[in-house]
Amino acid sequence: MTNRIEQIFQEKDREKLTIYFTAGHPKLEDTTIILKALDKADVDIIEIGMPYSDPLADGPTIQQSSMKALANGMNLDKLFEQLADLRKLTDKPVFIMGYCNNVLKYGTEKFCKRCAEVGIDGLILPDMPMHEFKLQFKPIFEKYKLKNVFLITPKTSEERIREVDAQEGGFIYMVSSSSTTGGSWGDSPERLDYLKRIQKMNLKTPRMVGFGISDHEALSMVNQYADGGIIGSAFIKALDENDLERSVERFIGKIKPPSPKKAP
Amino acid sequence: MNISVLDTRYTLVNTKEMEIKIDENGYYGEFGGAYIPELLHPNIEELKNNYLKISADPEFQEEFKALLKDYVGRPTPLYLAKRLSAKHGAKIYLKREDLNHTGAHKINNAIGQALLAKRLGKKKIIAETGAGQHGVATATACALLDLPCKVFMGVKDMERQKPNVERMRILGAEVIPATSGSKTLKDATNEAMRFWINNPDDTHYIIGSVVGPHPFPDMVTRFQSVISEEMMAQLQEQEGTNAPDYVVACVGGGSNAAGAFYHYLNNEKVKLVAVEAAGHGLDSGETAATTARGSSGVLHGFKTLLMQSEDGQVTEPYSISAGLDYPGIGPLHAHLYASKRGIFKYVTDKEAMDAGVELSKLEGIIPAVETAHALAALDQFEFKKDDIVVINLSGRGDKDLQTYINFGNY
Repeated sequence: MTNRIEQIFQEKDREKLTIYFTAGHPKLEDTTIILKALDKADVDIIEIGMPYSDPLADGPTIQQSSMKALANGMNLDKLFEQLADLRKLTDKPVFIMGYCNNVLKYGTEKFCKRCAEVGIDGLILPDMPMHEFKLQFKPIFEKYKLKNVFLITPKTSEERIREVDAQEGGFIYMVSSSSTTGGSWGDSPERLDYLKRIQKMNLKTPRMVGFGISDHEALSMVNQYADGGIIGSAFIKALDENDLERSVERFIGKIKPPSPKKAP
Repeated sequence: MNISVLDTRYTLVNTKEMEIKIDENGYYGEFGGAYIPELLHPNIEELKNNYLKISADPEFQEEFKALLKDYVGRPTPLYLAKRLSAKHGAKIYLKREDLNHTGAHKINNAIGQALLAKRLGKKKIIAETGAGQHGVATATACALLDLPCKVFMGVKDMERQKPNVERMRILGAEVIPATSGSKTLKDATNEAMRFWINNPDDTHYIIGSVVGPHPFPDMVTRFQSVISEEMMAQLQEQEGTNAPDYVVACVGGGSNAAGAFYHYLNNEKVKLVAVEAAGHGLDSGETAATTARGSSGVLHGFKTLLMQSEDGQVTEPYSISAGLDYPGIGPLHAHLYASKRGIFKYVTDKEAMDAGVELSKLEGIIPAVETAHALAALDQFEFKKDDIVVINLSGRGDKDLQTYINFGNY
């Protein structure tokens, strides 16, 4: 069986979009409502954010959504409870994104086992270094058939990028610039150079670009040079607590208006 | 007295199994490492590849030592506290870090790192601060070395420590309120790290304690190790031996303790006593006693013992002392605890305040509330009369006058 992730990236002829949202936000039970809405929308991959008290790589929007989710009573048992019927809700690849400490404290083995049980495809833990991944995490991830996603930045060396590529993660998360999440985009020749440089490396792992993408133009642009774009903060900002499904639909409709072909 | 900072004679080498040392990945036993977002990787790598080289460079050494001597006022005295000794029935020495410029040991590290930052070609400095002591020390070092400086401070701490906020501003630093999370030291550290992620090229982050991703804990320990280096020479002169029976220091993140322990880490005759803040008591739910109430976890880029929920959310510690209410502890100390090389003691707010007042009346020295915790721990030992005990008197109590007044009882 071709797995869900590979299947997405085999479809070369269209722009791809990953959406991140924080579990348990705006309200505790909104996790599955947002999941269902994303399943219906033109979204390729879903990232569920596991709220953490100290999200080092995140800007204000995701910090605040995380704090609110925790205040709502979000925790890992609750999350897995909410995701019990995940595979009835969506066939799309679903990743959990969060920070090392929650996984370590919960127990890496137990965490991965529960991910596998509900049908999670992989994990994104931005503060997990490669060295620790190989030592502590990799065998457990493999046992439960979970893909890991590493981040690279404009400053990551070629050697390191090759090492990331060799890990055969679900995709490579290309951080668009030196910033925390939810930063500004704007024209940047450096970013363009970076996107082109990585494109030329002919990596075997698909690449998705994130951090700072908030509109259709930026999403189209990164789709020209990579395999897709990731949106988190802008999506969270667009959520309307009182009309959740509609606000998801509206946002995705705006960010990804029906457009047939990817630029050559 | 010939004191050489960062003397290579004391460099830790792995000669026996139990030796306390850091490995090439930045671990002390199971604690430490570098759990950082890829965004910080180049900065951390640059630091890791250069900190030993730069700090061992003779020109660096010369400049650092000269500043410690002529600007900070080192060596600090090692003072035999006769009345305190009489009370406890042992020879009790005070290592007077409170007499340093800016009133605490923090300046040793701030100057060391600011000099190092210059040699790395960095143009700007950022720092975090809780009570404001490290912020003031960093602002001071930056004024001295003409480096622009931003200090991140939780808005709650800014309200509690107004005089230090103004001291930093007078020294030319910009104080940036940290408004995220619980708005205290933990969040100021997050904010400083986020700023570093967004400004990686020209900025160095002067972390204030022996915490953070490798190589910070080792680097800060080395800059603070001047404390135990001086102690050895001073004890040799005054007691005819360079090693005491006990070294006692308070631990929040643990930089003063790391400096006071450093040259004795592998001398098993020396008992290393780390004193944590128990707040209202270990079982009160309001405590900062990380080793007693924490569990293994990752925060601020390193693995350590951490105050956290069942679910791995970091919880806010409590202590009357703003310098000790950090939810983690330096990885060296976590390892000293786990390996039983260190003796860990816990002191409540009240015990600490009483010990602070006692030292004031016995020796004419008003200690910082942090330091008062180390003093209070003396009551938990039964010393022999020949025992040599060194308390690292990490800071002076000027900044804590309001706390002493509020607590009363003097």
